[in-house]
Amino acid sequence: MTVSQVSFGSHEPVLDVKNLSVKYIGDTRSTTAVDRVSFSIGTGEVFGLAGESGCGKSTIANSIMRLLKDPAKIAGGSISFGGKDVLAMSPEELRGFRWQDVAMVFQSAMNSLNPVLTIGEQIVDIFTTHAGYSRKESLRRAGQLLELVRIDPARLKSYPHQLSGGMRQRAVIAMAVALKPSLLILDEPTTALDVVVQQEIMAQIKELQRELGFSVLFITHDMSLMVELSHRMAVMYGGRIVETAKAQDVYANPRHPYTQALMGAFPPLTGPRVPLTGLPDGVKFRNIPDLTEAAPGHFVAPVSADASAADTAIMEGAAR
Amino acid sequence: MSHAVLSSRRPSADTEAAALEVRGLGKSFPLGGLFSRESVRALHGVDLAIGRGEIVALVGESGSGKSTLARCVARLERPSAGEILIDGVDVLKRDRFQASRAFRSQLQMVFQDPFGSLNPAHRVEHFLRRSLAIHRKGGSSETETRQRLEELMTTVGLQADMLNSYPHELSGGQRQRVAIARALAVEPQVILADEPTSMLDVSVRIGVLNLMRKLRDEQGISMLYITHDLASARYLADRTAVMFAGELVEEGESLDLLANAAHPYTQLLVSAVPDPARAGSYDPVRRAELRQAVMASTSCAFDGDPNQACSAEEPVRHGVGDPENRHWVRCHLYRPQAGAGGHALATEPTDNKASA
Repeated sequence: MTVSQVSFGSHEPVLDVKNLSVKYIGDTRSTTAVDRVSFSIGTGEVFGLAGESGCGKSTIANSIMRLLKDPAKIAGGSISFGGKDVLAMSPEELRGFRWQDVAMVFQSAMNSLNPVLTIGEQIVDIFTTHAGYSRKESLRRAGQLLELVRIDPARLKSYPHQLSGGMRQRAVIAMAVALKPSLLILDEPTTALDVVVQQEIMAQIKELQRELGFSVLFITHDMSLMVELSHRMAVMYGGRIVETAKAQDVYANPRHPYTQALMGAFPPLTGPRVPLTGLPDGVKFRNIPDLTEAAPGHFVAPVSADASAADTAIMEGAAR
Repeated sequence: MSHAVLSSRRPSADTEAAALEVRGLGKSFPLGGLFSRESVRALHGVDLAIGRGEIVALVGESGSGKSTLARCVARLERPSAGEILIDGVDVLKRDRFQASRAFRSQLQMVFQDPFGSLNPAHRVEHFLRRSLAIHRKGGSSETETRQRLEELMTTVGLQADMLNSYPHELSGGQRQRVAIARALAVEPQVILADEPTSMLDVSVRIGVLNLMRKLRDEQGISMLYITHDLASARYLADRTAVMFAGELVEEGESLDLLANAAHPYTQLLVSAVPDPARAGSYDPVRRAELRQAVMASTSCAFDGDPNQACSAEEPVRHGVGDPENRHWVRCHLYRPQAGAGGHALATEPTDNKASA
């Protein structure tokens, strides 16, 4: 059984990423931001991608949307969406692919609304441009869309600055699902928001997902949030996936030391106060090998502190 | 991982002057133009005491006034009302116009953004050496200063050779450690830490929290830890105070406060923390009730208790549970006049960045 065959939803993967590598090419040196990453997302599945800043998770999202700009180059691998090769799409095909097939909510998406147009005008724009509805029909649908995320349709006449951060973020999510995409990419959708609002928005996304049945690629560094929302998840480090399994399995039994460190970085809300350690300063993993199956459906990159083992990740600085 | 339970301090109450105490602190910001009389009340009647060697966490949402409190206490903002006492001396009366060097040597700050708080043009050594020189803590000779510099680096868990590094050569966690070393150089008795870990990568956050705890345990430094992260407040702080709309609504021993949250706002915050152990517990009906209770409570849990007078006009503090925990909650019936953060939870489920 390979990694791409384990999926939570239907067996037909919506998105299949195989051995994807992305490089940032500079004049004197280049950096590999994403290194031979493979995963797949089934229909109706919520797949989480966890990791810290700079680990390559947003680069993956941008590759799927074909939004990478120079100096980033896809150096190898394939991305297929519903059987179509995303990397071979023409600009015309991409226009149809983006938003209608795959929609994305960016990190500070609430600030991406046009400040001089009302919310209504911006939503109507989507329907008239991409779906070809009449203005009247578009307006009706825009109202329904806002109701879907529990915003009063009267708000169609509001400008973005008249809405709070949480409402703007919900409006953006509503816009993302306007054309009923089969995959929604959420890149840190709640980092700029307070916890109370964050929880309500996550609940809303979960509800929308159940109602509309789309798949989700959920990107965050907050492990607690990820485990709560995702069916399956992968943990990234330095452009590689170090562990992937069902979210509950990763939570209950993290196997890679980096995953353990990430889990240990979130103090619990109940129980006694137990000292936590996190990742010691200066610990780095190098030459992370391919994943192997450590338990059924639980794939981990082997680690050993022994530098002579050529096949396993080398843990540096741990002894200091 | 060891399963030793971390210590927490319970200073014998009131036997000695608190390391830092604020009484009735208020701050309002004028709104509108030069002749406008409108103002936003960012803080109102805040009473908070931090004992010696005690870590107190101040939690609340953005716009609740936590940072305004920190800025007032650090004398970066002039409070509109109230007293700030260090060792029982009102520093607002002692140094009337601006913070004195004596005050700065008693209280130091660690800021949220270690990328912004260290000048990129200088080496680490410069920051620490400058603190030592200004506050004359560097000893009498270069050898002593050098020794002190290396000592500081060791204390915060950095290699002494990093003294020669520029900030851009360090990771976020290392920079925050430098910022803490800079505060320590002055040998303060209180450190104000305003969201010291929120800009750091998750895997190094806990290391910085552990460092803060170590400084308290080894050097007896008192700390005010300001955060929006309840779990880290519970992990680090002996006591936690909850701020809503510029006023404290509940305070108590951290574990007890989170386990037996009495104020609806605290309950709201606790219920919103993501926790895989209780996934799927989100209940929109219960949430709406809590919001309603925060904004306009119709009854108080202590209503009818002859020993606990309730009041809709006065911010009465009710004791909760064992007095040992010094856990109190403000009467639910009392509603502050909506100030800066007052509409943070208003009718619509929204957040609010009022008067940022």
